[in-house]
Amino acid sequence: MDSFVEQLKRGTEEEFTDESVWDGSAVNTTSSSLPDIYLPFLPRYLLHPTTRGRKATEFQETKKTCLNYIQDALLQHQWQRAAEFMTNYLETLENTSAEKRMAAPEVIWRIGTEILCHHSKSSIEEFNYFAERMKNLGVKTYLKVCLEHVFHLLCNGLIDDAYQNLSLAEGWRYGEQTTAQDKELKLIQAYKGLLDYYNWAKKRKAVLELDGNFADSVEQEMHSFFRQAAVNLKEIIKIPGVWDPFVKCYVDLLEFYEDYEEVRQVLSEYAYNSKFPPNPNAHVYYYQFLKRQGESKKTLMSVLKILHEIVPSHELMLEYNAMLQKSKKRKNHRLGLEIIFTLLDFAGWKEYVKAWSCLAKQIKQILENSSKHLDWVTEEWNSRKDWWPAFHFSHYLAKRNWQENESLACEKALVAGILLGKDCKYFRYVSHQGCKAKKEKFRTMKKYVKKHSSTHLRASDVLDSCTHL
Amino acid sequence: MEEEDTRDYSEPCVQCSVVNWGLTDEGRFYCKTCHNVIERTKEVLTSDVVPNTKIQSISRGFRKRKKIDKGWEWYVCEGFQYILKKQAEALQTLGVCPQMKDEILCNFWRCYLQKSKQAYCTTPVSYTSKALSISDVSTDVDSEPERISIHGLSSFSESDGDLQTENSFGYVSSIGKASARETASVCSGSVDGGSYLLKRKKGNLRMSMPMTLSFCYIALLWLREPVTLSDLLRFVIDGHIPYLNAFQYFPEEMKLYGVDLKIFRVESWPVYEDVHNKMFELATFLDLPRFPAITDSCFLHPNILCIKYLMEANLPDELHNWTCRVVKKINVGETDFLTLDPMNKSARKVKYDVLAAAIIIVVLKLLFLLDDQYEWLHANFAGKRNQKNKEGCLWFDFKKWYKTIKKSVDVEQKKLDEERARCLWKCEKPLFYSAKEKSVVFKKRQMVVNLQRQFGALSGSMQVAEKQSPSSFQLNWAEENTDVNCFHGHILEGVLQEKGNSLTAMNTKYWLCTVKLCNEKICGQLTHYKESDFPQSYQFVLNLFSFLLRVPASLIHEEVCLIEHKLFKTKLHRK
Repeated sequence: MDSFVEQLKRGTEEEFTDESVWDGSAVNTTSSSLPDIYLPFLPRYLLHPTTRGRKATEFQETKKTCLNYIQDALLQHQWQRAAEFMTNYLETLENTSAEKRMAAPEVIWRIGTEILCHHSKSSIEEFNYFAERMKNLGVKTYLKVCLEHVFHLLCNGLIDDAYQNLSLAEGWRYGEQTTAQDKELKLIQAYKGLLDYYNWAKKRKAVLELDGNFADSVEQEMHSFFRQAAVNLKEIIKIPGVWDPFVKCYVDLLEFYEDYEEVRQVLSEYAYNSKFPPNPNAHVYYYQFLKRQGESKKTLMSVLKILHEIVPSHELMLEYNAMLQKSKKRKNHRLGLEIIFTLLDFAGWKEYVKAWSCLAKQIKQILENSSKHLDWVTEEWNSRKDWWPAFHFSHYLAKRNWQENESLACEKALVAGILLGKDCKYFRYVSHQGCKAKKEKFRTMKKYVKKHSSTHLRASDVLDSCTHL
Repeated sequence: MEEEDTRDYSEPCVQCSVVNWGLTDEGRFYCKTCHNVIERTKEVLTSDVVPNTKIQSISRGFRKRKKIDKGWEWYVCEGFQYILKKQAEALQTLGVCPQMKDEILCNFWRCYLQKSKQAYCTTPVSYTSKALSISDVSTDVDSEPERISIHGLSSFSESDGDLQTENSFGYVSSIGKASARETASVCSGSVDGGSYLLKRKKGNLRMSMPMTLSFCYIALLWLREPVTLSDLLRFVIDGHIPYLNAFQYFPEEMKLYGVDLKIFRVESWPVYEDVHNKMFELATFLDLPRFPAITDSCFLHPNILCIKYLMEANLPDELHNWTCRVVKKINVGETDFLTLDPMNKSARKVKYDVLAAAIIIVVLKLLFLLDDQYEWLHANFAGKRNQKNKEGCLWFDFKKWYKTIKKSVDVEQKKLDEERARCLWKCEKPLFYSAKEKSVVFKKRQMVVNLQRQFGALSGSMQVAEKQSPSSFQLNWAEENTDVNCFHGHILEGVLQEKGNSLTAMNTKYWLCTVKLCNEKICGQLTHYKESDFPQSYQFVLNLFSFLLRVPASLIHEEVCLIEHKLFKTKLHRK
């Protein structure tokens, strides 16, 4: 834009110096305190508005409408029609506007790929042909095209072809363009490493199955795959980013060769280096590794603590909760309760029996423990009492839970009974149904709740008095 | 070299089992030890199998770079002569009388060459142009608006579009005039291509691609052929007359590059007004006498053109009576008005087709008012009446007409738009600016052709539809098709009333499209058409004729305003 303005200015200076320039001097008569308004140059050809500006040529216009037709066809999945207009759009590669000509290869590549991926008459040969053309066409996107091509091959199960393409792309050199596409090159290498890992895993399986004569040579091959894979995977993991598949494979490799120190280092770096984007999986991998290594509870819990901060709804939270329960510290029990409550705030866990039974068990424990820590429950409940009844304990849910999963309904009813009292809809419905079915455990549950719902009242009374004070 | 080519082939020879291959002169493999020639041949690298561009650029370095072969010495006007000849031949096959090419057009062309001092004179300007051009550049270049576009071409000379990131604007400003001189004198296939764009003496008309059509049109007009300018341009766009890539008809030896591209490459379709105005300039430039008179028996006479457009717009024949009345009232049917006379500067330049369309619109406004109310009221009335009396002549029902036309014009418009988007602009023989970019351009061309083949195969047989034979009618209503409504025979009962001995319109009101016309010299145009200011019915009618003539609606609107001002002159002045 700036260059355009400059261009315009320079043009006017050259061509319309005297007769058509208005300067601001005439305005400067009334008040001297005000600075002059700056009036731009007014070239002769802009004196009256005309439609005769510098218009795009019709060639450009038709290519633009052609592109619109292609986009419409793509949106409506009319691949044949898109291909038809594509035939006419290709000329844009020969565009006379340098700017458009330079942008053309990428547009053609993306649209063409889309069409070839979906067209019923398309085949892998067609796709290969197109990809080769595209690689030939634009050096600027060479490696991107290669990567896309490889993905397509992998999606079609052509792993050897994909590997070959990756090797070719890896060796590609084109002056400055090679450095400009450094990131893509790293990715190419990483994916090659991934395929090396895949081959390694196949060999490992073969070694385990074979015993005797051939095992040695196969094992040799396996080791060489390991070396190739390890080098490339290690490289990509160093760069900040989300590299879950690469990390998993790399860890698998290293663990096979029992290089646990390296694994520990890689995974802790991956999880804790602040340059990397936050990634819950990084913590999960680290946790799983430490668990496999039989690390102490304390270390494991410290990993999960961070995971809890990032993803409070993660499934490992149940494990974390169990660990906290087993701990002897009161603080940990408190945290465990908080975790299980938070977990159930998320819709994904709504119907998960284990979570509910966990909560029920914990609340029961607290009640039975002479209700010393009843304030913990009240505190957690306080922030949820506005919305949990509708979210978890509605009459509709009671009905549905009872029909679909009796034990879930049972656990939830217990929690509801304690938290909301024996008159709450959920508890009433479930216990009624349970008694009708003459099941023993419901009767005991009912008794239990009746006994403790008074505690509930007491608890809320305590709380109320606290807030009133 | 030979080693390189045979290195990859390591199969032992069938006869002597030795691996020692050589290449025969034809590129076949032979065993150097036993001289056994086998089936295998040297692999020839073509541009579309080279795995990446890198290799290509190296191999280019080894070879000697060939200069573009010189070809013939030719002048720009010779190029245009070729094109004109082709266009005249195409018009002849369309049915124009054979005189046109050899007598009329040829004579006009000779006259042009002589007047512009390019040929048939003692010192043709082109021979001195080289000396002239240098001095011309320094004086003319500043006021020459097309200068920038010449430079625009030089940005096309970059070696590989992918690698260069500078935009064309910056390029132009920084390199500036120095390169203008260079491009002007050095780079063109024709002898005078460089100076052709730069020189423009006062009163000198320069040839251009749209000018070739002005030439054709002037010849058609001289012969009073039944072809309007809008027809001519439609035939051009539909490919019946050579225009796009017309240079491909040049003989092989006429090489085209450099500035020639700017002259002969077509990237836009001809514009009606441009061709029209150029035609008048040309007529004046050639000092032509008064053209053969256009009388009421000529196709171009508004009374006859109105019949054509009434038919095409599917309007009742009865309206013709009214268009004739309007024509008579405002004197646009007179021979003096219609006949082109280059000597008479004050005469208006008549656009016959637009005039006829505008007259029809004015008549529709007179009878139906087109104010989005009156015509619908009448349509309801006529519709009810038609339902009751199914026998006898049907009354013209504006609503029904609107629905019918709207439906088929929308379909045709959609077809036309798609057709336009499908247009292929480039020809098989690619153009390149300089020798440097020849290989890049050829490679790109090859790539486009390859990809077109690939996607063409995926698009099915849709596009093999044959080129339609040209017709002066785009819409046809008179077919025996029963489901197409034909309004030609409908009567104007209900909008007309008898007064004295003649019929007059029931409608007694009228609205003017504009009260005052602008000054063409100050404003650039007489009227300013803003769609939303006008009733929908009026817009619809305007757009219908805009579609039929393929001219902008504003052009017809302007003509409507002009007619109205003539028609209501006395009433306007009385006020």
